Amino acid sequence: METSRSSDLAIRTRGLRKVFNGKVAVRNLTLDVPRGEVFGFLGPNGAGKSTSVKMLLGLVFPTSGEAQVLGRPVGDVKTRIKVGFLPEHFRFYDWLTATELVKLHGRLYGVSHAKLRERVPALLDLVGLTPHRDKRLRDFSKGMLQRIGLAQALLNEPDLIFLDEPTSGLDPVGRRLVRDIIRAQRDRGATVLLNSHLLGEVEITCDRVAFIKDGQVVETRQLSDDTNEQTTVTIRTANVTAEIASGLARWSRSVRTEGDYLILSVSSGAVIPEIVRYLVAKGADVYEVTPQRLSLEERFLEIVGTDGGL
Amino acid sequence: MGVWIMAGVTFREAARKRMLWMALAAGGAFLILFATGLHFQAKDFAAHGMSPILRREISFAMVTLGLYAIDLLAVLMTILTSIDTLSGEIASGTIQAIATKPVPRWQLLLGKWFGFCGMLTAYIAIMAGGVNAVAYTMAGVTARHLASGVSLMWMESVVLLSVTFAFATYFSTLTTGVLTLGLHGLAFLGGWIEQFGAVTQTQRAVNVGVIASVLMPSEALWRRAAFEMQSPLANAMRISPFSILSVPSVAMVFYAGLYLTVALVIAMRRFSQRDL
Repeated sequence: METSRSSDLAIRTRGLRKVFNGKVAVRNLTLDVPRGEVFGFLGPNGAGKSTSVKMLLGLVFPTSGEAQVLGRPVGDVKTRIKVGFLPEHFRFYDWLTATELVKLHGRLYGVSHAKLRERVPALLDLVGLTPHRDKRLRDFSKGMLQRIGLAQALLNEPDLIFLDEPTSGLDPVGRRLVRDIIRAQRDRGATVLLNSHLLGEVEITCDRVAFIKDGQVVETRQLSDDTNEQTTVTIRTANVTAEIASGLARWSRSVRTEGDYLILSVSSGAVIPEIVRYLVAKGADVYEVTPQRLSLEERFLEIVGTDGGL
Repeated sequence: MGVWIMAGVTFREAARKRMLWMALAAGGAFLILFATGLHFQAKDFAAHGMSPILRREISFAMVTLGLYAIDLLAVLMTILTSIDTLSGEIASGTIQAIATKPVPRWQLLLGKWFGFCGMLTAYIAIMAGGVNAVAYTMAGVTARHLASGVSLMWMESVVLLSVTFAFATYFSTLTTGVLTLGLHGLAFLGGWIEQFGAVTQTQRAVNVGVIASVLMPSEALWRRAAFEMQSPLANAMRISPFSILSVPSVAMVFYAGLYLTVALVIAMRRFSQRDL
């Protein structure tokens, strides 16, 4: 049963940990990403996002813990045929032309010459680089490098695509292009792991996100399901004793009082009726209940704190 | 397959970055200089009515000098061109897009190694061939045991290439360069201490040279190559800077082969196991 569950997951990690020279980069990464999902990785600088992605790609070896990618242990060379990767700062041999670069990556993927003849122009067209196909990478702008990097990541029609800050350096048209490409990949059944600082992009694109801080997943959040979201509830009430307020801890990790208002942070809007019933049963007066969905940015700031992770 | 793709890329990079063409242009200039020197030497022979034996020996010495210069150029070019290929790509992150492809890392490294091997083989073959062709045309001499001598020169560069690769999997570009050149310098100095030890019959000095050759057998390979290529008379003369009084043994050549193999295996293992 465990095996069949694992095969439904594109990524599965358990207690993944990485220590560089005594410094913990990833503390304890436990994560399940089902196949076909667009999954966002969010967190402040230095939270361990890039190291986590590198461990999943076999670039960095975990200190402890286990991880599987597409049902196989990380580092399995054959699995990489079905994995695409756009590094955060895509750098490659700048003496190659755009066409040569995509062809070279295709050959490393083991794609036949015949298929490459058909696939390379199609990919260059997809990322809008057809007019620059014979230009050397040294003459490319940062945005153009991101686009060519994206083309090589999609070469082999991968089942799992890691995109590390894919929209950095891109203008609004380029960002739109990346969004469209991610959607197209999801539509054909691929799993996308998106690592981005642009919360707006993540909110529009992802099905689910994980907030990472200090090298561990603090929270995962379904973006496509409104009922199962982090919500702030403001309740105008009276006669709330300290004992009643402390009893709210079973639904909320954060309870604070501002004048007549109780402000609670709950993991799902579904618990609000229970809270109201509890308050009334304990003798408190409830005048007004206002649920307020926490935006991704607010939640991000709540988790990261005001120091921005620096 | 991955090996040959990377070997091709490495070769193409040298050509595209004009490294290969510049090396060949510099080599061409070297051959012109060598031919000019030999030409004036030959004219002088005729003017002074020098004996044929002496003419021949001086021409042999000129060939050895030319091959020594090629050996030095090949060593420096091997180290300078290959020094950045691994550590530089690791530091810049260029390696990330390649190392995530379905090709084992050891194949990526071996491919690069073959690419550089191909380049230095072509360089040494062209340059050594050129020096001998010029010497044969102008003075009617070529190096003795040319094939085995040039093979030893080639092996010397391959040893240094493998050591550069091994260090590059542990250290930065600059540190790799300092270490490899430092080791070669050690071997060079050890070689001369061994020669002086042989002249003065100081066994302990000879031993110092042998130990230096064990630490880095590059210079020993050149001395064996020089012994193979120059005339027996030159070998016997103690005044020439290329005279080989303490000749590295065939066992040393086998040791150098083992040394380069171990260095390459270490490089492949370390590259396969390190974080990128």
